Amino acid sequence: MNQLLDPLLIVALALNFVTLGVSRIRGVINAVALQGILLGILPLFVHQDLGFRVILLVGVTIGLKGFVIPRFLVHALREATIQEEVKPLVNFMGSLLLGAVGTGLGIVFSYTLPLAEQHTNSLVVPASLSTVWAGFLMLTTRKRAIMQVLGYLLLENGIFMFGLLLLEATPFLVEIGILLDLFTGVFVMGIIIHHINREFGSTSTEHLTELKG
Amino acid sequence: MTLALILVPLVAAALVFAVPANRWRPWLMPVASLGHSILVVFALQGPPVRALGGWLVLDPLGKIFLGFVSVLFFICSIYTARYLNLGHERPNRIFCVCFLLSLSMMTLVILSHHLGLMWVGMEATTLAMAPNIYFYHTPRSLEATWKYLLICSVGIAMALFGLFFLAYATLHTSLEPTLLLDDLVQHAPELSHPWLRAAFVLVLVGFGTKMGLAPMHTWLPDAHGEAPAPVSAMLSGALLPCAFLAILRVFHICNAAGEGAFSREIMVVLGLFSMAIGAIFMTGQRDLKRLLAYSSVEHMGILVFGIGIGGLAVFGALLHVLNNGLTKVALFLSAGNIQSAYGSRSTEDVSGAIRGLPITGTLFLAGFFAITGSPPFGPFLSEFTIVNAALGSDQFLAGALFLLLLAIVFIGMGSTIIPVVQGDPPEAAAQPGFRDGFLTSAPILVSLALVLLLGVYIPPPLESLLREAAALLEVKR
Repeated sequence: MNQLLDPLLIVALALNFVTLGVSRIRGVINAVALQGILLGILPLFVHQDLGFRVILLVGVTIGLKGFVIPRFLVHALREATIQEEVKPLVNFMGSLLLGAVGTGLGIVFSYTLPLAEQHTNSLVVPASLSTVWAGFLMLTTRKRAIMQVLGYLLLENGIFMFGLLLLEATPFLVEIGILLDLFTGVFVMGIIIHHINREFGSTSTEHLTELKG
Repeated sequence: MTLALILVPLVAAALVFAVPANRWRPWLMPVASLGHSILVVFALQGPPVRALGGWLVLDPLGKIFLGFVSVLFFICSIYTARYLNLGHERPNRIFCVCFLLSLSMMTLVILSHHLGLMWVGMEATTLAMAPNIYFYHTPRSLEATWKYLLICSVGIAMALFGLFFLAYATLHTSLEPTLLLDDLVQHAPELSHPWLRAAFVLVLVGFGTKMGLAPMHTWLPDAHGEAPAPVSAMLSGALLPCAFLAILRVFHICNAAGEGAFSREIMVVLGLFSMAIGAIFMTGQRDLKRLLAYSSVEHMGILVFGIGIGGLAVFGALLHVLNNGLTKVALFLSAGNIQSAYGSRSTEDVSGAIRGLPITGTLFLAGFFAITGSPPFGPFLSEFTIVNAALGSDQFLAGALFLLLLAIVFIGMGSTIIPVVQGDPPEAAAQPGFRDGFLTSAPILVSLALVLLLGVYIPPPLESLLREAAALLEVKR
């Protein structure tokens, strides 16, 4: 593992806290986009031989996670004329605290995992677990539909980090397929958000409580 | 040949997109479906199907699912074409494209022996179905679509995490990290067991969300209730079983690694829990399609339960995939007819369906008896096989609970369905613009006839396929 890997992961971890603590949706989008760019760069430090495919993959990941998806979300935000606030169910301090607890547990838990020798001292697994946790936190404690999409993106980022340990298992085609699914998923979600906004005049999921029993 | 199975519906989707006429565009779906079915027949009979260096393989398990999904799509596509024409002012381009895309992606899921590729296909089916659930553009369908999209996407993301764990389990062997099913099964005993267990749990939770296992089923009644009837039928009959297949692939590896007992225990508990949730919410349910949706939760529980019991029950569970799927299609499509005629699917507004819609009403009643496991229909045979295996292998408690829950479901479901079918139609429905027609009732009749056939006679080629597939998943004690 390269020397630069762990510092980059620490920055990615710090960005989790930014996403949980910032009150403007634009800020959260930017933090998730920055994390996406960082994650896109990481394979460069993990791969031994940098072939054309790795470079291409890095390019596609950075392009999608860092620019295309965030742009699309910003566009959805502007079109929906959402007041730019997050509206959490659990306040920011509580979210940050829960995020910190999750990160701590992630680090402790990853020491107990039977990791392969070459991974025991790396931050990849703890960072991955904490990011997944932060994603879940955002999915469950934010009311706005767009924040739930961002939570899903965080979750996906966490899983992507774990995938860094296994670059051989997910060949180029599958990697591209996963990214394509992610993009299409966010795209479809964006369209649904647009309709939610048109139907209810707001993108809060509080309106979506009609179906019961 | 293998690729053609995936490409034919994909190309058809592109063609459908290009067709400008709203009125006859839907009729391209049965044509494309028929083409797919013909290819499937060749694939089932011809030489072993293998492509992309072992990434796409048609094994016995895949053969059952592929043949089944193809038949189901064909039946549904005829009904769908007619259904869309009845409301022909509503644009159906996106609907038709997504319908065919989901057929293509389900074929990909079934053929994939690379689990990463299978995951890609599974997420793609989720996305392809979403616009169709939102077909009516009502606030309720919007809510259903949002829940479906978000819950299923998160669930499937968890499954990807599980698959990565599975690949990580290979790091402790001489093997390169891989997600190729055949390699994993071959080297299963060498895999790291803690990682394998964690992988199975995550995959079961993840794909279980998509499959509608309780307690991850919360999206399912909403989506099935609000989607147009043929979409609910496809969701329930084909899409949920595809997620089941994905779980079976990982179960296969666990089994080969000697972790069968661990995974089976979880599956028995989860299966019974899903059946119980289904039974509870079916009792007193006033919405016909939500009733059928909870019945799906129950039957997905039965499938997982059957695999968990092991032995002969595996054969029963695989047979039940076919029985449940075909019966669900019949039930959802007839519920669709009832909704078209009465303009409602609430039990408060619908009664005397057998008089108002003689063919649909009769088939709906027959479908109710079939799905609750009455002889001589197919589900009776498959459920009986599962109970028999449970009692035969001394799992008395599980077997007894299974029977009890089936009985509760029979009563709970019957108390809703019998009043809908019998009695006098309400005054308000005296002006039905909708009558039983050939194209709206023949697909229901055909699928119920197949269910009846499976109850009295399993064709020998199908039986040997089921045996081969069950042998793959057999527990080595």
